[in-house]
Amino acid sequence: MYKDKIKERLDNCKHYQKFDAYKAKVLALANDSLEKTIAIAFSLCFVCAILVSFAAVALRPLQIENKMMDMKKNILDVAGLLEDDTDIHQAFASQIEEKLINIETGEYVDGIDVALYDQRKAAKDPAQNIILKREQDIASIKKKAKIAKVYLVKNVGVIESIILPMHGYGLWSTMYGFLALEADGQTVKSINFYDQAETPGLGGEVVNPNWRALWNGKKVYNETGEPVLKLIKGIVDTNKAGSEFQVDGLAGATLTSNGVSNLVKYWMSVEGFAPYLDKIRKEG
Amino acid sequence: MSAILNSETQKVLTDPLVNNNPVTLQVLGICSALAVTSQMSTSLIMALALTSVTACSSAAISSIRNHIPGSIRIIVQMTIIASLVIVVDQVLKAFVYDVSKQLSVFVGLIITNCIVMGRAEAYAMKNPPFESFMDGMGNGLGYSLILIIVAFFRELFGSGKLLGIEIFPLTKDGGWYDPNGLMLLPPSAFFIIGIIIWSFRQWKPEQNEAADFKIMAISHGEGGHH
Repeated sequence: MYKDKIKERLDNCKHYQKFDAYKAKVLALANDSLEKTIAIAFSLCFVCAILVSFAAVALRPLQIENKMMDMKKNILDVAGLLEDDTDIHQAFASQIEEKLINIETGEYVDGIDVALYDQRKAAKDPAQNIILKREQDIASIKKKAKIAKVYLVKNVGVIESIILPMHGYGLWSTMYGFLALEADGQTVKSINFYDQAETPGLGGEVVNPNWRALWNGKKVYNETGEPVLKLIKGIVDTNKAGSEFQVDGLAGATLTSNGVSNLVKYWMSVEGFAPYLDKIRKEG
Repeated sequence: MSAILNSETQKVLTDPLVNNNPVTLQVLGICSALAVTSQMSTSLIMALALTSVTACSSAAISSIRNHIPGSIRIIVQMTIIASLVIVVDQVLKAFVYDVSKQLSVFVGLIITNCIVMGRAEAYAMKNPPFESFMDGMGNGLGYSLILIIVAFFRELFGSGKLLGIEIFPLTKDGGWYDPNGLMLLPPSAFFIIGIIIWSFRQWKPEQNEAADFKIMAISHGEGGHH
């Protein structure tokens, strides 16, 4: 009945009658005629475009949700707040405080909606980024956003951990991750990478929980304030002096290991979060 | 099964599994078979994605086959395949986000997978939609079969796991198995696919192709010093 109604309306519509007549005419043409070729190409593109845009638009909310969820999950994970049964949205909202900072001065930035700010997008926008000189660019990232997002875990108003986003080039891919520091801005709590495409099983082991656990308790800065934390070849000898600044390298992945060392060094230097960490140490 | 499908349809569905496998007999679709097979989970999703794209694109192309102008034939096929691949990519991003992150560009590269184009051109352009759908499905499953066999060996010997579940405890975690790093790199898939092709052809000698030329010993006087 519903179908009949549509059919009736279509039959009465002048434009549809014209369309129908044209359709019959085109389908009757020889396949290789110019008119049919153009008509087929056009109508095919039309149908495909509708299909593709429908899929993209209909699924976008789910995709954005997935991305946000993944990001939050990684932040909770690096903060050590992720259990198997954690309600991610609830845990994130109640325990993590998002802040924006000026990367050069380390001061907090107000007046921008934190939840909507996308640092990765800002790094690509000429109005919001800083192009790096070659000698500065040890993490091979070419440009950075002027405003960075940091995440704080607080307990009764006192900072417990500081979570800093970092990225840099490994062997195949730009690795995006987080480094969680204790309130002293010196001791590492944890590290993780949420977006990387290194060789699975070799460089891809940057996501291995056992390797990540090695970072716990390591120190970032030496007495003169230089960021010296890095990966070494082989296994760290904990009896030697300076072992608190060293983490086991990834076996069979020298270039990924160098990439991790470089990106940690870069983001912990004055180019990265050192001014902000200085401020935190002074002001708490 | 034969109650629903007649013998011809059944043949197009099951033939590509062993007798006419797109990977082992026609040696198509090798690049993605190298790239995504280091883990079972990515291979399964890739297999599912390729099978659905091949089946649906074959059916769609077949249903308009009588009206496709010969001069833009390939472009029409590519447009349909590309649209379906984008849809599949979007669906994966929405429903299996973690796996789609690992598959990264390879879902998009289904567009250039020779199996999809091959079936469109060789079968769907000449046969009715339902048979074409089955043919696409059969070839997709043939590809899937090889992908899963390769991934089984690569994940088991490369990381001691299957579908992420530990099978062999690794030495670095206190177990006994020292994983084979080569298995995690794409070249290992070459060896495994080679062994599969060899064993298929031992099993079914009619798959052996006639040699294009004969290797002869160089006789004295022809290749020596001058």
